[in-house]
Amino acid sequence: MTTEEIVNKINAAGFQVEVNDEGPDPFIEVDRENLIATAKFLKNDPDLNFDLLMCLSGLDWPEYFQVVYHLISTEYKHTITVKVRCLKDDPIIPSVSDIWRTAEWHEREAYDLVGIRFDGNRDLRRILLPEDWEGHPLQKDYVPPTSWHKIPLTNLGAESTNEGN
Amino acid sequence: MKETKELNIPLGPVLEKWETLVESSGASGERMVLQMGPQHPATHGVLRLELETDGEIVTKIVPYIGYLHRCFEKVAENITWNQVVPYTDRMDYLASMNMSLGYALTVEKLMGIEVNERVQALRVITCEINRIASHCVFLATYGLDIGAWTPLLYLFQEREHIIDLLEELSGSRLLFNYIRPGGLAHDVPDGWLKKVREFCDFMDPKIPELNELLSYNKIFIERTANVGVMTPEVALTYGITGPNLRACGVDYDLRRDIPYSGYEKYDFEPQLGKGEQGQAGDSWDRYIVRVREMQESLKIIRQAIDSLPDGDISEKIPKNFNKMPVGDAYMTTEAPRGEVGFYIVSDGTKTPYRVKARSGAYCSVSVIPAIGTGLLIADVVAIVASVDIVLGEVDR
Repeated sequence: MTTEEIVNKINAAGFQVEVNDEGPDPFIEVDRENLIATAKFLKNDPDLNFDLLMCLSGLDWPEYFQVVYHLISTEYKHTITVKVRCLKDDPIIPSVSDIWRTAEWHEREAYDLVGIRFDGNRDLRRILLPEDWEGHPLQKDYVPPTSWHKIPLTNLGAESTNEGN
Repeated sequence: MKETKELNIPLGPVLEKWETLVESSGASGERMVLQMGPQHPATHGVLRLELETDGEIVTKIVPYIGYLHRCFEKVAENITWNQVVPYTDRMDYLASMNMSLGYALTVEKLMGIEVNERVQALRVITCEINRIASHCVFLATYGLDIGAWTPLLYLFQEREHIIDLLEELSGSRLLFNYIRPGGLAHDVPDGWLKKVREFCDFMDPKIPELNELLSYNKIFIERTANVGVMTPEVALTYGITGPNLRACGVDYDLRRDIPYSGYEKYDFEPQLGKGEQGQAGDSWDRYIVRVREMQESLKIIRQAIDSLPDGDISEKIPKNFNKMPVGDAYMTTEAPRGEVGFYIVSDGTKTPYRVKARSGAYCSVSVIPAIGTGLLIADVVAIVASVDIVLGEVDR
């Protein structure tokens, strides 16, 4: 199915989404209240059958956090990108880990590095960083600590960007 | 002199005392928590598995990762688009070519560049040859974990040939930094393709040799068949891709289904697990799929060399990345350890706004508790080896 057909199908089921195809990957944006219902539909509809969640990325934009889901159907080989956002003072997004189990670890990573909380994830702990680490490094205003448990750390953020190339 | 009461107590009462001690602590008596790793030869790097065991049976597995976290995504936000390439090499250091190919293709997708056919074909040749080297390490260490020493000695010999070839090509033996966004670092040296063809002829008879040595060895089959069976449903929901998914019988290979870099021109068969020695999706299937995949890779390499066109390998390399379009792109490629995807976001400046790497091995670690619980400790070793993880790719 082409992206247009997929989006028509989603809208025919009662969701109201618009496709944005300016970039190389067309995407749909959904409200976080509708995320779970949309995700369940994408997974369970026999004509769509998005059975594989390829990637779940958390992003820190100046005004809001965003989570991007890249889905593919191993049966029909069609793809779709779903984006959802939440405000920074309420960084909670419903978890899709009951729909695709792989989201559990990817959400843990997004929580660990970006600081987005996923409501419904059974095991929302830090995954790559130590459990007592402070802050979320992929936030743009993150200031790296100078030491951790008395171990001095090089200050990565203070080094200027290499101007080469 | 201090009296040592414990020494005088006969063995029976000591055990009784132990029993009451265990009971008062609330444990069932046999339950024990075992830390496997982070430094453990069978975890292929620095992975820690917390095993809760009841005698020899594993009742719970909790993986802990992050020991090799090198902040790839954070570092990538502070360097230019081109400088990210060497960092991608260090993700899966056993298949660096495939990693940098994934990143290069993503940047090209966002920029709207299409490279010429010679670059595409050379990328296919180098990636497939690297895939064989990577599978050689997998097969060797898998045998080693199960207790078969000898295959390692043979397979590392074959791998050495590939490493030598890639060293001649790129100047380094492990982290090549050869595939760049827009092209390649430089063209292949004179006579290099002839050596690759010679390697293919050298490698062909080695695969039946390996089958005799390890694949159909009775002990090896007993240790791996019917162990850690992954059903297609479990595999898909955990995001398992690549050879691990094909071992479950799911016919899904990105090189054929969503072709990139000219893979559609080559004739090859994705290898599926059929459950020849046990159930489909067991550890033996995950092993044999990779053995057969090496043969397919040889087929692709030969076809790519035969049809290699002329062209300038650096014509599309951007002189600078200042004109990066604003937007995002996701590109996924078939690496030896499953799908490797890069999600890049550009805000138009010369450094990336966000680079997110999706790795196949990350998902493979997450599935270990689902398929390993309820088995013997020794089987967990076989499973960890069979899903083929490289912790550099898991932790990034």
